Amino acid sequence: MIDQSLLTRTLEEATKRGGGFAEVFVEDRLSSGAHLDDDRIEELSSGRSRGAGIRVIIGESTGFAHTADLSEQGLATAARAAGDAARGGTGGVTTVELIAQQAHAPNQIGVFPSEVAKARKVELLELANDAARGAGPAIAQVSVGYGDVRRQIQIANSDGLLIGDDQVKTRFSVSCVAQGDAGMQTGRESIGHSFGFEMFDRYDVTDIARTAAERAITKLSARPAPSGAVTTVIGKGGGGVLFHEACGHGLEADLVAKSATVFAGRIGEQVASPLVTLIDDGTMGGEWGCFAIDDEGRPAQRNVLIEDGVLLDFMWDELRARAEGRPSSGNGRRQSYKHLPMVRMTNTYIANGETAPDDIISDTDSGIFVSQLGGGQVNTVTGDFVFGMTEAYLIENGEITEPIREGNLIGNGPEVLMSIDALGNDFAMGSPGTCGKDCQGVPVGDGTPTLRVPSLTVGGTAA
Amino acid sequence: MSMVDELLALGDRIVGRAQNGEQIEAIVVNERDTEVRVYDGDVEQFTSATSQGIGIRVIKDQRQGFAWAGTLDPDIIDSTLAEARDNATFGSVDPDLALAEPDGVPMADLDLYDDSVANYSTEDKIALALEVEAIAKAGDPRVVVVEATDFADSISEAAVVTTTGIRVGGRESGSYVSAVVIAGGDDETQIGFGYSVDRDPAKLDREKAATMAVERSVRLLGAQKPQTGRFTVVLDPMVTAQFIGIIGSTLSGESVLKQRSLFADRLGEQVAAASLTLVDDPTDPRAFTAGEADGEGLATRRNLLIDGGVLSTFVHNSYTGRRLGGASTGNAVRGFTSTPGVGTIALSLAPGQRQQAEMIADIDDGVLIQGVSGLHSGVNPVSGDFSTGADGLRICNGELAEPLREFTIGSTLQRMLLDVIEVGADLEWLPSSAAGLSLVIGDVTVSGA
Repeated sequence: MIDQSLLTRTLEEATKRGGGFAEVFVEDRLSSGAHLDDDRIEELSSGRSRGAGIRVIIGESTGFAHTADLSEQGLATAARAAGDAARGGTGGVTTVELIAQQAHAPNQIGVFPSEVAKARKVELLELANDAARGAGPAIAQVSVGYGDVRRQIQIANSDGLLIGDDQVKTRFSVSCVAQGDAGMQTGRESIGHSFGFEMFDRYDVTDIARTAAERAITKLSARPAPSGAVTTVIGKGGGGVLFHEACGHGLEADLVAKSATVFAGRIGEQVASPLVTLIDDGTMGGEWGCFAIDDEGRPAQRNVLIEDGVLLDFMWDELRARAEGRPSSGNGRRQSYKHLPMVRMTNTYIANGETAPDDIISDTDSGIFVSQLGGGQVNTVTGDFVFGMTEAYLIENGEITEPIREGNLIGNGPEVLMSIDALGNDFAMGSPGTCGKDCQGVPVGDGTPTLRVPSLTVGGTAA
Repeated sequence: MSMVDELLALGDRIVGRAQNGEQIEAIVVNERDTEVRVYDGDVEQFTSATSQGIGIRVIKDQRQGFAWAGTLDPDIIDSTLAEARDNATFGSVDPDLALAEPDGVPMADLDLYDDSVANYSTEDKIALALEVEAIAKAGDPRVVVVEATDFADSISEAAVVTTTGIRVGGRESGSYVSAVVIAGGDDETQIGFGYSVDRDPAKLDREKAATMAVERSVRLLGAQKPQTGRFTVVLDPMVTAQFIGIIGSTLSGESVLKQRSLFADRLGEQVAAASLTLVDDPTDPRAFTAGEADGEGLATRRNLLIDGGVLSTFVHNSYTGRRLGGASTGNAVRGFTSTPGVGTIALSLAPGQRQQAEMIADIDDGVLIQGVSGLHSGVNPVSGDFSTGADGLRICNGELAEPLREFTIGSTLQRMLLDVIEVGADLEWLPSSAAGLSLVIGDVTVSGA
């Protein structure tokens, strides 16, 4: 990456206009992908992106500039641009003394994907394609994707911090189309971890393919989803996105500071059912949303946000934490060196409960069982959220019965949190996700045990 | 040498490395952006940046490979080209793989670049954002805070050069201002977004951006959940734009080719109400996404997708066109980090005769849909299942009544097209790849309480 003396000179250049805080974020990202569709390896793709983002904070004002030119001159130009852009500096010279640190718990990477033969990646795609097509004659189309990214980062700031991280993520996904008498249905399954290629020692890609294929085939016989308010049981793993949307975003300190969330000013209050303990944990080894240090150089942390229903804390980045005179919680993240960091989730999950999941189903007279949720969206100001059901069934007389077609579920975050009335003991993490906020996407994980919400609105078409 | 000429020259150098029997395509991009965010009368963030990149596609022995790099550094070109070549050895053999070739369709002459962006001073950008924030703050006593007011502009240049004789470059500029307003009372808050877009920042409509954000935040205060039932709905222009964007995605040649389009076998059939005509026309200079060339360097053109309710064409890049026995319709879409996909670029519906208020006057019991959420999760463009979160206003005896929120609207894409009752006259070009207008659709399931 960049040597210490050049980082020091860059930081001093950035603070020449005066005071405040300056930071250099350097990133070198190598990615590779392979895609099979329609029985063909369409292409392999490789990408390289390298550059630095420099920010200068004076008071409440942040100046930011980024450059792909990592030469002394390129960095100095960006540093001046960031310094000029931060308004209200008083002038003067800031001396920066960088002290190099090591991340406490560096990421453990077994096999760097760049060292794996491309032919091996292609072979995984073909194995998955064959397995999905073998799942049944209804499978009309299969698409398989493999991707890996290695992201080396380096962060230096005017407080003297100098630290780096080497982050590797690998993902694999299968999407199927099943053709039936009444049209087409889709099924998808994906895995993603902060592992190297050793991820495939833990997962058999043919299992992933069959899961995706079976989802599509099952839905061919699905009935239209009901519409209106229904009791909803959400299966283990599949429902973490609910909490990511329903309350995670509302607990981000940058939104709290602008009163743009329903949870502002409610620390210490009962904001959820006593069953609910919500944790955001960037340290969960190997999970999709984990890292050794965040994109501001702070170590990843396990943060208990809600304990037994009581709101304990928000999530913080450096900027918001400084304003409140407290430490960052290790939630300062950015999509790339071209972006400013902001408060972001890592792996967000509901801790295990005590009830056997079968008991939750048998205790439910009528409703729906959602075993997999798709993406979602929240209005943090009102708490209203929406998310898609990609695999769901009816519950009739305490039993899971027929599959239902796709639709959105909507509800209000604070109301849903308060109303959860059963929590299973079968915690699992869900599928890897990309969280979008302010046009930046970052990898996040989520998880839940089986749980029940007495009333959510299902947006089906059956009257 | 202008920046576009420099990009073309770089493309020439890459393509010039082609070996025997090898096709090479280079896409080269350069972009300069600034972004100002103001909050509470002060600059909160100011970003200035230059982004550059190259993407190289290699086709050899009927196999394709791709590589990209986020720099124009000449040293990186060799390694990127080598990587693309190596990747090509792993692709499946496909006799239809080939780069686009010049097809004789003339390039439209659109005025997509305005020098005013380059000359607009930093002070003016900040002043503009501050002015919008001030207008929004004063817009209504119920405004609690203006959460963010952003000004952004960009100048971008791009070039596509191939061994098959494509050599196209161009530049464009744009600017926008937006505001996010939070309005509320004691126990309730609502959020609203407003914007204005123009190639010339001096022409941005400050009043409109601020007022729109204020109106969209206050109009939902006091909103209730509606009863569940089937209603006639009126989609606001912004919602219609999102709806036809999804319809457009089902008409991509790639979806058709790969058996993922619910309209695959239906060319020439009545798929929508007779009042519905859907056009994709990137040569219309009013479109936010207007452009002279597509992602493969072919001229963009006007394509009539649905004509009086009859499905008349799919959109193609050169590969899907060839595979399906036709030619490219100029609809290759891409950035420099990927090979060309297929997509609509600038959609619009042919406007009808009446304004929104006149159409609403004919509806006894319905819902005006002002916003939708969860489109990416609740709409399946393969099966056609459609379900989204929504907010809006009740329509009662031909007039707008109480605000509604926290409900969904559900149907299927197939049915919604056929259930279109009327297309509005209020065509509006939005900062998206589709224009909007008011659209009346019957028999939609509204799920609330």
